[in-house]
Amino acid sequence: MYHKTAPYRIFNVFNICLLVILSIMCIVPLIHVLAVSFSAKSAADANLVGLWPVQFSLEAYKKTMNNPIFLHSIWISVCRTVLGTGLTLLITFLAAYPLSKETSVFRSRNVYSWLFVFSMIFNGGLVPFYMVIQKIHLMDSFWVLVLPGAVNTFLVILMLNFFRGIPKEMEEAALIDGAGHFRTLFSIFLPISMPSIATIALFSMVFHWNSWFDGLLYLSNAKDYPLATFLQTVIIQKDMSSMSMSPKEMELLSQTTVNAAQIFIGAAPILIVYPFLQKYFVKGMTLGSVKE
Amino acid sequence: MRSLQRTWPFHIMLLPAIIFLIVFSYIPMGGIVMAFQNYKPWLGITGSEWVGLDNFRFLFQREDSLQVVWNTLIIAVLKMFFNLVVPFVFAILLNEIRKVGLQRSIQTLVYLPHFLSWVILGGILIDLLATDGFMNRILGSIGIQPIFFLGDNNWFRFTVIVSDIWKEFGYNTIVFLAALAGINPSLYEASEMDGASRWRQTLHITVPSLIPMVVVVGTLALGNVLNAGFDQIFNLYNPLVYQKGDIIDTFVYRTALINGEMGFATAIGLFKSVISMILILISYRLAYKWAGYRIF
Repeated sequence: MYHKTAPYRIFNVFNICLLVILSIMCIVPLIHVLAVSFSAKSAADANLVGLWPVQFSLEAYKKTMNNPIFLHSIWISVCRTVLGTGLTLLITFLAAYPLSKETSVFRSRNVYSWLFVFSMIFNGGLVPFYMVIQKIHLMDSFWVLVLPGAVNTFLVILMLNFFRGIPKEMEEAALIDGAGHFRTLFSIFLPISMPSIATIALFSMVFHWNSWFDGLLYLSNAKDYPLATFLQTVIIQKDMSSMSMSPKEMELLSQTTVNAAQIFIGAAPILIVYPFLQKYFVKGMTLGSVKE
Repeated sequence: MRSLQRTWPFHIMLLPAIIFLIVFSYIPMGGIVMAFQNYKPWLGITGSEWVGLDNFRFLFQREDSLQVVWNTLIIAVLKMFFNLVVPFVFAILLNEIRKVGLQRSIQTLVYLPHFLSWVILGGILIDLLATDGFMNRILGSIGIQPIFFLGDNNWFRFTVIVSDIWKEFGYNTIVFLAALAGINPSLYEASEMDGASRWRQTLHITVPSLIPMVVVVGTLALGNVLNAGFDQIFNLYNPLVYQKGDIIDTFVYRTALINGEMGFATAIGLFKSVISMILILISYRLAYKWAGYRIF
């Protein structure tokens, strides 16, 4: 019995220590930011904060919450996440059903699946895409955040694989009873697809909450930025300029605690949904990748 | 036409998705003609001068663009390699932990960074890795001189690759853990009867069982040889490290939207898309051949 041998026991202790250290390393940066955000300005500026707040203070959060642009960007992010996820779910759900059919039932399926797959492996690149957004007058509109990402082939594949796992008898019974395909989809498939729908919803929510580049690219007015884009311009771009350190830029650096608070608020929704998310995405990820 | 009578609901269901695909995926492909033009915004696609393959010739003549392709390859290949090896080893080690609660807690923590965006992590890392930041204070306490992780050409790639592994290794572990869970326990029982040590079991049962998954993940990663991670680089780099840190995607962004060289930027983008497409097609074919993997 190898469990009782001395070398295995020694290995086991080392292994546990190593993995525990590794896993703690994954959240140490977040703890550091949290500590900075709750510290007094002077301590944070002097870089004295480690993993525990120095001279506990809520000043940074008060300042952040009094910033109307920040609050508005949260609102835009929330709208975007809700609408974007809803649209993606609807389109994905509808498209996956016909694509999950056998070719013998739905002959055009092959043509459609090629349209999807080809769009996944080839694209026009940044510049032509930008030009199209300009041509269809989506620049500076809220919808530029929601519409372009609405169809995601990976999510369609995830969904259609789930549909294929549903026993054919259920669908046949519904069709014999006189239900059309739409009715079958919404009254039979919808209720039993909830685990899969939750997976797609969560992937889509995380995507929308985290997206920042489209806002930067297509919105010219900083007041319309979603939170992620706002954070990108305020925290990243400012920090880049502070590398050369002119007196004025030194002043910006003393924003450390406010920046930390903003970063933490930006991460908070993910941290909140994360525990609920976890049991779904493991399933979703293996569904999408491991197949016989 | 009889078949259309039966299948019209299918076509209706696919209509919204297809409209979106055409508008946001297929119409932009038409813009590729700009790669063969000396594009001027005020002349438009119809009015701009045709220059044939000049833009592509530039791509292979200009020193900055060649450097960018090279940077992309180095960063992407190193990321691919370590993002395969680290999760593989980590999954096997994690599998050795018999306490279910501890195993779950470790998983919860290591998956987390994957879900945070590079904006958030960039903000954290810029602060953490500054010359007077938390990281350099720790290094300083063991006598190491401050390192300018994000501003030094020699350190930037290292920082990018290590931080990417840090963010993704937990998440990439999931597929290997799923494969580990699928190993038939009777294999271990039988080998234990024969007196195999844990090390031997790992070598002769665990590792071989994971090989198909390594093949799938490895071959599918092939399509990403020109994707070095736009989000990460864009949020971490600065003019000090353009020389070794600039990649195709960030270069396209700057040449097109900051310098206004639309035609040239489109040509680089097209170069990247075509190479990527060829690699993806090859990798899918190989993944199917070696491991029976299909996407559709």
